[in-house]
Amino acid sequence: MISAHSAPEFKNSVVRWIDRRLPIFTMLHGEYIVYPVPKNLNYFWSFGGMAMVVLVVVVLSGIMLAMQYAANTDLAFDGVERIMRDLNYGWLLRYVHMNGASMFFIAVYIHIFRALYYGSYKNPRELIWILGVVILVLMMATAFMGYVLPWGQMSYWGATVITNLFSALPVIGEPIVTWLWGGFSVDNPTLNRFFALHYLMPFVIFAVVLLHVAAMHQSGSNNPTGVEVKSQEDTITFHPYMTAKDSFGLMVFLFVFAFFVFIAPNYMGHPDNYIPANPLSTPAHIVPEWYFLPFYAILRAVDFQFLWLVPAKLGGVLLMFSSLLVLAMLPWFDTSKVRSCRYRPIYRWFVLLFVVDVVILGYVGGKPAEEAYIVIAKLATLYYFTHFLMITPLVGWIEQPRKLPNSISESVLKSV
Amino acid sequence: MDDNANHDGNDDGVIRRDFLAYTAVGMGAIGVGSFLWPMVDSMNPARDVLALASTEIDLSAVAEGQSITVKWRGKPVFVRHRTAEEIAVAESVDLGDLPDPEADSTRVQNAQWLVLVGICTHLGCVPIGQKDADAKGDYDGWFCPCHGSHYDTSGRIRRGPAPRNLEVPPYQFVSDTLIKVG
Amino acid sequence: MNKLLSLAAAAALTLTSFTAYAAGGALVPPEMPWPSVGYFGAFDKASLQRGLKVYTEVCSGCHSLRLLSYRDLGDLGYSNAEVKAYAAEYEVLSEPNKDGDRVLIQASSADKFVSPYANEQEARALNSGALPPDLSLIVKARNRGKGNFFANFYDMLRGRGYASGADYVYALMTGYGDPPADVEIAEGMHYNKWFVGNAIAMAQPIYKADPAADGTPGTIEQQAKDIASFLMWASEPRFEERRAMGTKVLLFIALFIIVLYMLKRRVWRDVH
Repeated sequence: MISAHSAPEFKNSVVRWIDRRLPIFTMLHGEYIVYPVPKNLNYFWSFGGMAMVVLVVVVLSGIMLAMQYAANTDLAFDGVERIMRDLNYGWLLRYVHMNGASMFFIAVYIHIFRALYYGSYKNPRELIWILGVVILVLMMATAFMGYVLPWGQMSYWGATVITNLFSALPVIGEPIVTWLWGGFSVDNPTLNRFFALHYLMPFVIFAVVLLHVAAMHQSGSNNPTGVEVKSQEDTITFHPYMTAKDSFGLMVFLFVFAFFVFIAPNYMGHPDNYIPANPLSTPAHIVPEWYFLPFYAILRAVDFQFLWLVPAKLGGVLLMFSSLLVLAMLPWFDTSKVRSCRYRPIYRWFVLLFVVDVVILGYVGGKPAEEAYIVIAKLATLYYFTHFLMITPLVGWIEQPRKLPNSISESVLKSV
Repeated sequence: MDDNANHDGNDDGVIRRDFLAYTAVGMGAIGVGSFLWPMVDSMNPARDVLALASTEIDLSAVAEGQSITVKWRGKPVFVRHRTAEEIAVAESVDLGDLPDPEADSTRVQNAQWLVLVGICTHLGCVPIGQKDADAKGDYDGWFCPCHGSHYDTSGRIRRGPAPRNLEVPPYQFVSDTLIKVG
Repeated sequence: MNKLLSLAAAAALTLTSFTAYAAGGALVPPEMPWPSVGYFGAFDKASLQRGLKVYTEVCSGCHSLRLLSYRDLGDLGYSNAEVKAYAAEYEVLSEPNKDGDRVLIQASSADKFVSPYANEQEARALNSGALPPDLSLIVKARNRGKGNFFANFYDMLRGRGYASGADYVYALMTGYGDPPADVEIAEGMHYNKWFVGNAIAMAQPIYKADPAADGTPGTIEQQAKDIASFLMWASEPRFEERRAMGTKVLLFIALFIIVLYMLKRRVWRDVH
């Protein structure tokens, strides 16, 4: 869907000089100025751009923080407090960075919901979707390692619990965990390597985001009708239409971001992380950051042996990783020819039910591992997989979709 | 913010020279600037660094003719207990002979005690001459081995590439044997 | 359709707001009207100064405040000379002198608050095994909220920040008393209504005192309020800077939103 427009004439001679040798301006012009997008995109389509902006903000603030941080178990906690207390605007950088991680997940989760609801993962956009799941996994790893760096109680015990997941693997489990730690518990070597990797990973994310966006520009944006663009009448240029619309959406999003940073910076954190790490005492109730809770619930839901073969510990770990795997394979579970849930009277309810299910998983993930919550977690986990493995293919076969509009223009005119 | 100042792909000219668009771009620029400034400023000295900016030096143990080196703001400070002979030499120099003319009397508070920042004004090496065994240069003060600058017994540059005399830090005598630098 | 979407968006947002610690089921201390909460709150400097006095005369015997520097006290309205005089009451180890010894010298305003004990072992040995926690971050570390998602969400919108930690400190200071008939308190422990498990190693620290110099009554409640305010400040000395900048930033973004909304409407006028 690279624009058919001919190369633009640049007025600025420097731009012209560079462009003749390296056509980046022609490329930018083609991909971000005259790039045609469906004219019926709603604000759900703004969240990808928002996620990109938050990523940049988090990386920039992170680089500045890394200049002040010392990855050493004796210095990390007090050093982070030095950033908060003594550094010029240190509190701002740190609060932007830690709330930025949460805002990144908020944007990405809404972005994922949009893809689910409007069927953006379907042919020919499967690869965009899979790259997106890869980004999600990378984000999770990055956020997890970043949470360890302040070396508070939740940092320490979060790192201990999550790295111990790998001990579930038969035979090689224990050696792998020792290797991950570089010792016999989470300690200085662990903190050092987590810092190095936490600094590295965002650049890997950038690379995958680049592929994600490049693949998206290949097939073009999906749209709320799920009907492909048929003529130029269905599209508008990216600039000024989408730039204006996305800027507005972005600013509303940044307002929420700024609210958290300035008014409620610790709301999405855990108070125990203001207690220095103590390897001799686990807090009464440890929980991961909110964005991990649904997956954490799936992990804890398995407290039984599976098929007399897989012990509970391994079962939980496998199931948790499978939950991301089935997400990535969604394009092949969905048997419907229709993309958008606008024209899928049955499946749309199941998508919303799925969201409710994930919310429930998140809720019980934050609760103590007590009987009632475990039962709910098991049921919700069962439903999570049922949604992908059974409901999605079955509904695709059974459902009678509503009549699709002939084109995007037709649907827009009708609704006006 | 996404707006591009030199775009020319607008056929209809709807937003060209549009007041709203200019306002938006202007506010975006202010917003980005206000986000970048804290990042730049965070690299300036922090409160704890500024708070440590003074150091007290006990002079009681420094015998005549000896020098000590003390750290102040991460830099060496030279304190020399000058002999009467060294003082006389420093005071008798003809200012016209100096690349950076400065009378010895303006460089000391008490002629016995010479206090200097021990950083060569050329490119920041630490000159030698603090220990008895050190080479002290042709003017019996300090000698910078990096690029060969010679300083005299008042810490003034006499020969070599350094442009200025060794800097005198702000200090005061708290008592006869105690000075506070910074 | 739009209804469905907003429903889903609301659900997604709700998910994001689950503070993980909402559980616990611990007692929720009553809310106190701290002057620093809300969108335009500010610290009451006089109260912070009285709180520092309570810390100095009562808490500092056992509790460190190791992340705070004496120079930070300038924020409470003290002059440089007053801060220096306060620091001079304490002693820190010098750098090794010419004989290689580290000797005790007067603390300067650049020093961190001097801790009552040299290390954890000494602290435990002198407190029958219990460790008096450091107080530098105690308000943030006890900011456990109200144990209920909606109450916490409402508090967040009201700009209460980490005030629930100060509520807890106040409640703990005023929560001592005789145990109810059915509660057995072990030897050396003390009953406190608000402490988890009700048995706390710390004896009641604050008692009725003479009125302060400015005429503020020396009741337990007043002193508890002052020390909680002081520790709230100590948890984040840059709090007022954050609040002041936040107001400006949010206002700027709100204006920007209006401009962009008008711009968007205008650009999209001709699209159908």
